[in-house]
Amino acid sequence: MREPAANETALGEALLAAEDVSLSFGGVRALTGVSFDIRKGEIRAIIGPNGAGKTSMLNVVNGFYQPQSGRITFKGEVRKSMRPYAAARGGIARTFQNLALFRGMTTLDNILAGRTLKMHRGFFWQLLRYGPALREEVEHRRRVEEIIDFLEIAAIRKVQVGRLPYGLQKRVELGRALAMEPDLLLLDEPMAGMNLEEKEDMSRFIIDVNQQYGTTIALIEHDMGVVMDLSDRVVVLDYGRKIADGTPDEVKRDKDVIRAYLGETH
Amino acid sequence: MHVLYLIFVDPFMQMVHSPDLLMQTLWDGLVGGVLYALIALGFVLIFKASGVFNFAQGIMVVFAALTLVGLHEHGVPAFVALGLTVLVMLVLAFGVERLMLRPLVNQSEIILFMATFGLTYFLIGFGQLVFGGNPKVMIAQDLYLPSGAIEWKGHFGFVSFQKIDIAAVIIASIMVAVLAVFFQRTRIGRALRAVADSHQAALSVGISLEQIWVIVWFAAGVVALTTGIMWGARSEVSFSLQVIALKALPVLILGGFTSIPGAIVGGLIIGIGEKLGEFYWGPLLGGGIENWLAYVIALGFLIFRPQGLFGEKIIERI
Amino acid sequence: MLYREVGQYKSSYAADMAVFPILQDRIGIAVILVIAYVVFPLIGNDFLLNTILIPFLIFSLAAIGLNLLTGYTGLLSLGTGAFMGVGAYACLKLTTIFPHVNILIWVLVSGLFSSAVGVLFGLPSLRIKGFYLAVATLAAQFFLEWCFIRIPWLYNYSVSGAIEVPLRTFMGVPMTGPTATSLTRYLAVLTIVVVLTWVASNIVHGRIGRMWMSVRDMDLAAELIGIRLFRTKLLAFAVSSFYCGVAGAMMVFLWYGGAEAEVFAIDQSFLILFMVIIGGLGTLIGSFFGSALIYILPIGLRLIPGNFGVPIRPAAAEQLTFVIVGALIIVFLVVEPNGLARLWQIGKQKLRVWPFPY
Ligand SMILES: Nc1ncnc2c1ncn2[C@@H]1O[C@H](COP(=O)(O)OP(=O)(O)OP(=O)(O)O)[C@@H](O)[C@H]1O
Ligand SMILES: [Mg+2]
Repeated sequence: MREPAANETALGEALLAAEDVSLSFGGVRALTGVSFDIRKGEIRAIIGPNGAGKTSMLNVVNGFYQPQSGRITFKGEVRKSMRPYAAARGGIARTFQNLALFRGMTTLDNILAGRTLKMHRGFFWQLLRYGPALREEVEHRRRVEEIIDFLEIAAIRKVQVGRLPYGLQKRVELGRALAMEPDLLLLDEPMAGMNLEEKEDMSRFIIDVNQQYGTTIALIEHDMGVVMDLSDRVVVLDYGRKIADGTPDEVKRDKDVIRAYLGETH
Repeated sequence: MHVLYLIFVDPFMQMVHSPDLLMQTLWDGLVGGVLYALIALGFVLIFKASGVFNFAQGIMVVFAALTLVGLHEHGVPAFVALGLTVLVMLVLAFGVERLMLRPLVNQSEIILFMATFGLTYFLIGFGQLVFGGNPKVMIAQDLYLPSGAIEWKGHFGFVSFQKIDIAAVIIASIMVAVLAVFFQRTRIGRALRAVADSHQAALSVGISLEQIWVIVWFAAGVVALTTGIMWGARSEVSFSLQVIALKALPVLILGGFTSIPGAIVGGLIIGIGEKLGEFYWGPLLGGGIENWLAYVIALGFLIFRPQGLFGEKIIERI
Repeated sequence: MLYREVGQYKSSYAADMAVFPILQDRIGIAVILVIAYVVFPLIGNDFLLNTILIPFLIFSLAAIGLNLLTGYTGLLSLGTGAFMGVGAYACLKLTTIFPHVNILIWVLVSGLFSSAVGVLFGLPSLRIKGFYLAVATLAAQFFLEWCFIRIPWLYNYSVSGAIEVPLRTFMGVPMTGPTATSLTRYLAVLTIVVVLTWVASNIVHGRIGRMWMSVRDMDLAAELIGIRLFRTKLLAFAVSSFYCGVAGAMMVFLWYGGAEAEVFAIDQSFLILFMVIIGGLGTLIGSFFGSALIYILPIGLRLIPGNFGVPIRPAAAEQLTFVIVGALIIVFLVVEPNGLARLWQIGKQKLRVWPFPY
């Protein structure tokens, strides 16, 4: 159980709110009338059995899917749906359940790519790679090196990420998301397929990001121990519906949750 | 104003005034379309079973025809040459599976696609090196294919049907029917369909993936040979046909990569569309629009219905 | 240890981010430039300059152009030949209308026309990718080819239907046309190729290069980190076509001295694609390797057996080239999808630790 965050006062203000979101693919209903909010500065976990619609929910939040109904409020702005570009611009970053790295690029380039939105030197400076364009590259390289140090991946800086082991790829992906300096960070099963040690490292990174940079985090995770340790509040999905929402303790005791989720997997 | 008249009114007036020309154009388009459809069919067979977009399908048509004629030129009797050519296509299928598909098995589809460019060039060079590069005449007579034309006179004029075209349409129909039966009724056919859905399923039928690849490439080779004979009989056998063979690509865009009915309908649309376009609208642009019309039709399609006529819209996952 | 980076500490990120961070590489480039600018002009006869070096450089540039699109951005194009054609015809029209402007300026400007056309035919990439896009680029190829033949204005109504390159001088020295020496044309081509290669290398090593590669490797993720796919792809089409257009203009004006539309047919598109594949997708240096191999191979096949007393028919040499190139494509895709450039890197790697095996 985490101690309540120091910036408790800031909590309570919703950074993002989903209201009555429904999404279906042909006949498959991935989400049915889901509402929940993510408050500034918290770590919000989204849990549920396989196929519950967790990934779909994140995809709606960062604009990859357009929900059939419902609305999303982000930073006080109401919209029916996001566009991925608008979401990125607005400060939503993301990691993926099945790694979506740029496999042919080096670690460095992957993370630098995360800074694309922050780089502004125009096309003609790029042609020359001189003066302002070069200064900009160097300045962002410095920021990226900080992230690389933070994630302890300095040794693989210039390695093509496609050749890295899975656990490191997950880290690079986190690095790319951090490079965007997001206000809201969406993590889709960041610890899937990791051993205990790797999980501990990753948990540490997540907590550090949350506390050092005050980044709000939405986290999908199957490992209940991790969820209980990390998160401030938990929302539980099952068959595309929200069945519970509250602190880890509350959720753990919820009958529906025990039946639908805990009862099934344990 | 006059331009609009020329584009939107005049061609249709012509169609009404001389229905015999219209019929003739439609028939020519139909036959061309059937041949496009046959090439596209070869593509679909391979794509369904191995996920490879076989750019070389058009060249396999020419290669097969060239082998047949080339063997005959070297004194091999027509039907023996036919049998040998079938054998060559089998060897080709084995070679492709061994040397190209198997080593590339987990590569992205675009890599496989480019590998078939290599195959294309290899076949062009190899075919010419062995049988010579000059255009050849298809041995239609020796294979007992009909020649000459039937003229059909109505009270509005006359239409002429080449007998070889009629034969092409009939043989193509038989071919499609045979393939359909093969896919629906036989064990191998069912395995082929299964592999299109999932590789595991195919394995459970007891046929290895490698065997399936050989079978589909061989089937596509036989389709190519048939197409090559028909096509060769209508014009001549040479690698300049490859540009025409490329037209199977827009056909696939229309029909979708996995649908046999799609390949047929797409072939007919392209075949008839380009003949009508060339005959009635081509003169406005100075002619020769046949060369690109098919692609532009496909392009329009891509923009409005990227999944083709029969394909289902796929929502990408991440 | 002839080739090493050990001990070469980079004192700053700027130095580490330089295109050639290693000293030996910089020396290598300098040596190549000296050979290209001094040695070849001194020793070069017409055959070397006109039959080998000029076309090699021009094809390299076209291959770089296609590589930016296909190798870096992952968009397969079969319309390279036509985009080169746009450059050539644009250059002809420009120099016909404004004969007093330096022809080399028009060679470069004609690339912009090619860019515009490239962007137009790149529009479908908004919705389609992979081989669907390849088919869409075929539309460009065949439509443009048709324009080159059917619009007499494009080739100045010449009777033959071919481009006839007029005489153009620069400070009194003939640059194009029959009286231009191969040396002048070689130096012009070399300079353009060197400068544009440098620019291409700047692009791919910076923000834009990363955006392109992101789109290539995982377009959906690229979108979610804030890369606008459509713009990025169109930019790739524009830059790529620019390079192809310049290459096409140089091909006609500084090499052939005249050309028919056939030069820009689909075969040309394939040839350049093959250079890119064999040289290495997504590497600039590979474009040079690929161009060298594919362009020089047939020349070698024609000449070498003859020297050994085994004459080979020109037609057979060409067919043999097809067989070899076709087989090479497959071999490279199977064995080393990163092409000759990767072999080169591996070679350097070996040198780096030479003479020790590890
Ligand atoms: N692009 C899509 N097309 C069709 N169906 C989809 C698509 N994306 C998701 N689905 C369906 O929506 C449902 C929810 O999927 P989702 O991936 O959101 O589940 P999840 O909770 O993330 O599961 P897991 O724990 O396995 O990751 C599933 O039934 C899935 O098959
Ligand atoms: Mg999921």
